[in-house]
Amino acid sequence: MSESPDLNEIASEVVDLEAEFRGSNIQEVLDKLDRELIGLVPVKTRIREVAALLLVDRLRKQFELTSETPTLHMCFTGNPGTGKTTVAMRMGEILKRLGYVREGHLVTVTRDDLVGQYIGHTAPKTKEVIKKAMGGVLFIDEAYYLYKPENERDYGAESIEILLQVMENNRDDLVVILAGYKDKMDKFFQSNPGMRSRIAHHIDFPDYRPDELLAIAKLMLADQNYHFSPSAEEAFVRYLKLRMTMEHFSNARSVRNALDRARLRQANRLFGRRSGPMTRDDLMTLEAEDVLASRVFSEGQLDQETV
Amino acid sequence: MMTNPGNRLTQGQFSFLPDLTDEQITKQIKYALNHGWAVSVEYTDDPHPRNTYWEMFGNPMFDLKDPAGILMEINNCRKTFPNHYIRVTAFNSARGTESPAMSYLVNRPKQEPGFGLVRQEAEGRSIRYTVHAYATDKAEMERY
Repeated sequence: MSESPDLNEIASEVVDLEAEFRGSNIQEVLDKLDRELIGLVPVKTRIREVAALLLVDRLRKQFELTSETPTLHMCFTGNPGTGKTTVAMRMGEILKRLGYVREGHLVTVTRDDLVGQYIGHTAPKTKEVIKKAMGGVLFIDEAYYLYKPENERDYGAESIEILLQVMENNRDDLVVILAGYKDKMDKFFQSNPGMRSRIAHHIDFPDYRPDELLAIAKLMLADQNYHFSPSAEEAFVRYLKLRMTMEHFSNARSVRNALDRARLRQANRLFGRRSGPMTRDDLMTLEAEDVLASRVFSEGQLDQETV
Repeated sequence: MMTNPGNRLTQGQFSFLPDLTDEQITKQIKYALNHGWAVSVEYTDDPHPRNTYWEMFGNPMFDLKDPAGILMEINNCRKTFPNHYIRVTAFNSARGTESPAMSYLVNRPKQEPGFGLVRQEAEGRSIRYTVHAYATDKAEMERY
């Protein structure tokens, strides 16, 4: 046959994975991920794997080794404040760089946006959301609320059915990410086995260790042009230790709230000595007393604004 | 005299060209979305040039980023009304414009009988002209 020499030629052709990798700027995204997200090792590993798969797929396409588009629907489980939403936001950008989605925008929805209130309301509502998310990522927060087993006539099931259909048929058009607490999501998948099998990636977000929480706190402060004084840092480590044993501890979110309150106290402290001169550094530094004033220390209970 | 052989309806953009392929439609939709226009799908079986308001197929689609969703609606509409005229309209809501910025056909009936010219004799020897679509002699949904 006349085609065989051509085929041989293609087979011996060499592609440069390294060049492709550099060309896609993926390293930049992964580095950013490493820098801005503390801990979360299993998450980063999985993202790296997905990136590698998509990159290799792209190379395979050059040799016309066709394979079906991989499903990238994901499920993020983990305790509150472990960074599920933050990672989902990044996911859109990453998948766009890899050329898996066309736009890379994130549409965040909850049950209210998908499920209607009367018969015939759910399907158009769900479809509208899906259409908006096409070309990007559809992030369904607290997805387990979609299915309410105690109510037979709940419209959530209809919404799930439409979602399943789209996840199967429009794989090229959008990526669906479900998120929620681990135990509740497990129950959700038990009653919706179809959903479970259509989601290829189940990623569990681990709780942060104290040192990771401190690193997160420093990162958050740096973003807002604040920093701890050495004694304040030491006080914050003690604060974290106490706070982690208490109820309603929600990882990075608790850290953010604690820092917000420390900022409040710092402002109040500075205001108290407004007669004296103040340097730029004064305005930026959180002192130990700003942290230690928390009721977590004095009374062993939460500050008024809990969680 | 046949000025329009085949009687193809020529309304909106691209109507003198061969029918757009799905890929071309996608690119046109993308153009509209990039301008932030709301795209909607409409259909009719009464294509008289003065029949401006066609039936809406679903609501206009706001806040979309990608043409895939609209193409999905177009295909749904084609499935429901395979023998109707279907057009895609992009509405520009910018202050001072507030009107459709694009409009083009994406589906037409297999047979297009076209329009006839009706002459009405009026007072004296004056004549009033009107354009009449042959298809509209039949009832709705039976026209094409």
